Amino acid sequence: MIRALLLALMLLGTAMPVAALTMDSYEFESEAERERFRELLAELRCLVCQNESLADSQADLAGDLREQVYEQMQQGKTNGEITEYLVARYGDFVRYRPPVTPGTYLLWFGPPVILLLGLFFAVRLLRGRTGQEQQLNEAQRRRAAELLDEDDRGDGH
Amino acid sequence: MIAELGHFAVILALLLAVVQGVVPLVGSLRGYVNWTAVARPAATGQFVFLAIAFAALAHAFLTDQFSVAYVAQNSNSALPLAYKFAAIWGAHEGSLLLWVLILAGWTVAVAAFSRNLPEIMVARVISVMGLISIGFLSFILFTSNPFDRLMRAPAEGRDLNPLLQDPGLVIHPPLLYMGYVGLSVAFAFALAALAGGRLDSTWARWSRPWTTVAWMFLTLGISLGSWWAYNELGWGGWWFWDPVENASLMPWLVATGLMHSLAVTEKRGTFRSWTVLLAILAFSLSLLGTFLVRSGVLTSVHAFATDPTRGLYILAFLIVVVGGSLALYAWRSPTIASGTRFGFLSRESLLLGNNLLLLAITAAVLLGTLYPLFYDAMGMGKLSVGFPWFNAMFLLFAPPLGVLMGIGPITRWQHDDAQSLWRRLRLACGIAVLAFLAFALYHHSVDGLKVALGMGLAVWIAATTVVSLRSRVRAGTGLAGKWRILRRQSRSYYGMLVAHLGIAVFAVGVAAVSIWGEERDVRLGPGDEVQVGGYTFLFREVAKVDGPNYRSDMATVTVLNDGTPIATLNPEKRRYNASGQVMTESGVDVGFTRDLYVALGEPLGDGSWSVRIYDKPFVRWIWGGSILMALGGLLAVSDRRYRVARYKAKAEQALHGKPA
Amino acid sequence: MIRYLLPLGIFLVLAVFFAVGLQRDPSEIPSPLVGKPAPEFQLPRLHQPERAIDNAALEGEVSVVNVWASWCVGCREEHEVVKALANSGAAPVYGLNYKDAREDALRWLSHFGDPYTAIAVDRDGDVGIDWGVYGVPETFILDADGVIRYKHIGPMSETDLREKILPVIRELKTEARS
Repeated sequence: MIRALLLALMLLGTAMPVAALTMDSYEFESEAERERFRELLAELRCLVCQNESLADSQADLAGDLREQVYEQMQQGKTNGEITEYLVARYGDFVRYRPPVTPGTYLLWFGPPVILLLGLFFAVRLLRGRTGQEQQLNEAQRRRAAELLDEDDRGDGH
Repeated sequence: MIAELGHFAVILALLLAVVQGVVPLVGSLRGYVNWTAVARPAATGQFVFLAIAFAALAHAFLTDQFSVAYVAQNSNSALPLAYKFAAIWGAHEGSLLLWVLILAGWTVAVAAFSRNLPEIMVARVISVMGLISIGFLSFILFTSNPFDRLMRAPAEGRDLNPLLQDPGLVIHPPLLYMGYVGLSVAFAFALAALAGGRLDSTWARWSRPWTTVAWMFLTLGISLGSWWAYNELGWGGWWFWDPVENASLMPWLVATGLMHSLAVTEKRGTFRSWTVLLAILAFSLSLLGTFLVRSGVLTSVHAFATDPTRGLYILAFLIVVVGGSLALYAWRSPTIASGTRFGFLSRESLLLGNNLLLLAITAAVLLGTLYPLFYDAMGMGKLSVGFPWFNAMFLLFAPPLGVLMGIGPITRWQHDDAQSLWRRLRLACGIAVLAFLAFALYHHSVDGLKVALGMGLAVWIAATTVVSLRSRVRAGTGLAGKWRILRRQSRSYYGMLVAHLGIAVFAVGVAAVSIWGEERDVRLGPGDEVQVGGYTFLFREVAKVDGPNYRSDMATVTVLNDGTPIATLNPEKRRYNASGQVMTESGVDVGFTRDLYVALGEPLGDGSWSVRIYDKPFVRWIWGGSILMALGGLLAVSDRRYRVARYKAKAEQALHGKPA
Repeated sequence: MIRYLLPLGIFLVLAVFFAVGLQRDPSEIPSPLVGKPAPEFQLPRLHQPERAIDNAALEGEVSVVNVWASWCVGCREEHEVVKALANSGAAPVYGLNYKDAREDALRWLSHFGDPYTAIAVDRDGDVGIDWGVYGVPETFILDADGVIRYKHIGPMSETDLREKILPVIRELKTEARS
């Protein structure tokens, strides 16, 4: 935040009037539209303030961009079109939801793959560990279960 | 003069850290008993000198010594006393000093509470902590000295960053650091065990309570940070997936896995090398967090002011500590015998699942946090990875984790039977599915599905808790008998239940606030009112109020429910005198089932203001759940078996049974 | 053995990325407009508000567009460098006066000097948005076809001028001749 402020001061200067109408009172035809505006702004990143969304930023530029988004919504543009408009000017940095491109395959598909790999190794490991278990006869197993039951009472785990 | 004394104390502490890091370790490897005996006095000495240094810095702040550069940058004579004290850790240099002081404190605690452990083990643990301390103390002395003087002292200080002038921020960093640094104990135990080649269940028993305590602090620290952000940033959110937040979440996730894994290693002697790896990773991630926050490689809302030489230093330190310990792990661990066998369906296998999931989530969070860095380093440009991505990933991982969390405590160690398990769980499962369906049908939307998932999991965890308790009291006859059994259960059992219920409470809060909340941005003048969430907000007036070091526009908003006033809120817009920075202080009416939250925007002329109003249902449950989790940790460490007598016997047994 | 080395391996890969990351400035956001024709604009000139200036002015030779404002501290910081660039004759320097009051801008120029070939006035910042401006000062270098080829974010230093701006201009000029 400190750095963000310094940067904002450096880039925007000090004599600039703080327009900062974060909470502009835009007029909408319906609640759904208002909600759509809010959600769209929340997914767009302010450029000067480092890590704040357009919905929350008090930077001057963020105010201008909110105005743009509002106007384009009034013109009937879709969320996708509005996002594209901003991406064409500022790059993918403006969207908090990264696009799915070859460059982000690792990002989007990495975690599911990690999950599947984890599952695979867990199952393999368990298979390997269970070998001996099957060799217990019924009596031994019952005895073991009793012992464990006692043990179980002592502790949470 | 006193500042110089502080500086000198840090130098002495560094010298002692070198002694503490080297002498006992060499002694333990060579078998020089009098060398290992150096560990405790050196650790105590280091702590004393760091306490002196800290006191010197505190003195500089409390007496407004603006000739000390750090004080001049982060304090002001008009700053209230409590904030002058908190300003010690308000920026990079002083927070590092707090970091090492806490590290020294943990070391002294280890030295004091491990009188019954084998001397050689204690010596190694203290040595490892001394080595970590060397890194941080030299970092302070060579790049970030809080005692540096200015050639010409300014008449007035630049004041503490207004964002940090909040009661939450007074205790958030110390709690968080207690957690981060506390993980160094488990790390040191793991390295000591690796170095000595003895990785049996004893070291797991030794490091378990330390890990739980550190985890407890970390839990509190993170949730306090979240609570502060909610109050202070005026955007009504409780988590933003900012790199700095992620940096604290990752060690927490791994530490959570570590606590469970330690339990298995202690009780069943299995998962040994895995547990060691988690202990190393948990602390490594807390160091990584330090790097991310202080080096400026990532853009964050609350990063420290940074400079590249510092980044380079921490990176070098990171490579030595993390690289070194992982290399030791790769070298020593293949010799660790794998532990006892367990069934495909057993508490061990479910805890393994828990560990893998927690580690997978950590990996995902790490990937998302660092991806912008990779992207840029590969020359592909700049990218943002924000909450839409992280939320999607959490939706992927949270359900299996929640399901396992319900089954685990009910499953038997070593082997369980699927059919009997199902018999025990089917009722709980039915209730949870019903809850899920009820919420899903009520909302029938994609967002509604998320809420249904959160609520379903919460109900599932609560229901399985009841199942667990019931299965334990079944043996008792009559209410008295059942009560006796309940009383006989260990505190660590109750600790687990409470912590798991904390997750359920947390899930309710997250789910509820994500969909049932309402938000309005409105223009309000004196006398205007607006309806939000079934309440009427009456905007009365805005008055000028002078604070100790700021001037404020304070609004008075009366909240009415069916015409009856239920709360008066005073959101403020403060302008701090020294820095000219403007801060939003939200006005919040706290409630068990909802918060009403008002933040003041900008004056719009003619006496009216832009105002943001939220109705936040169940938002307190998010932090309430975290407090329950921490409470669970507290119950677990207060367990009888950690009390001295039995501990001593076991340790001695271990000592004589298996010499290192 | 390999599975025990895996954590170390992953960490070392991360460390390499961190080392690279330390060399970069996370606050600098590269423009997607580099390599694309300059966005269209038609704006009044600062000195002759009745006359418009548009893309045509930037075509035909290599040119520089410097975004500035009188309220911008960084602009004052880099102004000597902008003057040096204009005086070098390497390329004409056009100004884009961003979200500024006319009187303030004129006073600022008379005080600090006016190196600009012509200045377009972007009162509302709409052209700024089209050009992807997110903080002033910013400096664009355009080739003879009016395509943006380079963008500098933040104040230019003399080193930037010597080592980045001038070489790019020279290269673009050679390209235009061949």
